[in-house]
Amino acid sequence: MCGAPETILNLDIQIPNQTRYLRLIGNITELIAKEIDAGDADREALAYNLNLVVTEAVTNAIQYGSPSDDHDRVRIFLSYENCDLCVRVFDHGQGFDLASFGAPQVDELHERGRGLFFIRALMDTVEYRRTECGNVLEMKKRLL
Amino acid sequence: MKVLTEERGGKTILTLKEERLDAHNSGELKDRILKLFEDGCRDVLVDLRNVQFIDSSGLGALLSGHKNAAHRSARFALAGLQPRVRSMFELTRLQRVFEIYSGLQEALSE
Repeated sequence: MCGAPETILNLDIQIPNQTRYLRLIGNITELIAKEIDAGDADREALAYNLNLVVTEAVTNAIQYGSPSDDHDRVRIFLSYENCDLCVRVFDHGQGFDLASFGAPQVDELHERGRGLFFIRALMDTVEYRRTECGNVLEMKKRLL
Repeated sequence: MKVLTEERGGKTILTLKEERLDAHNSGELKDRILKLFEDGCRDVLVDLRNVQFIDSSGLGALLSGHKNAAHRSARFALAGLQPRVRSMFELTRLQRVFEIYSGLQEALSE
């Protein structure tokens, strides 16, 4: 089992929409994964996977979700409560249909399109929707 | 991007001196690999032993190298994948696509 029920962590970060900040946000999420009381979970694997998931989501927000505005920012909200890890990444782009992205075929050597595959493979639930704060990609994982 | 390029035993070895391969530096890696083939290199080996993290754009840059090599009937191989990095190839089943060696010595002896 994961930690005590009162384990609550909320982190709200905004970064410039530049890929040079991917390392920073990735390192922050790795540190969180290593610090939270995640029960029997493989902490090193959890840290890598969380780093990857956030990196992919923020990359998408930078590349597709900040139309012609160099001063736009990407907001990342991360929470951990009662064994439930939730990451939300907001963007201000036109949005996309999550259902239209299938798993990449190994014999189709496309250079793009594996980011959402990684997110889906490593998290329990993934949703993309419009909110008053922009579009949000919400990714959840239960740590038991 | 910090990269060391050297010739050894008829091969061009590209050693990445970065711990992270993501959307910030994968475009530059893709361009560097393409430049090697354009300059006439026909046997390129990418040493990934220093890379501890790779994302989908990093895999995409290496796939670009693989395709460029195939297009030119050249050779493109990878060596020194760290366990977490290798697991990303396995998750996407790309380990079936690339020629992968455990280390540089093994790759050079081929």
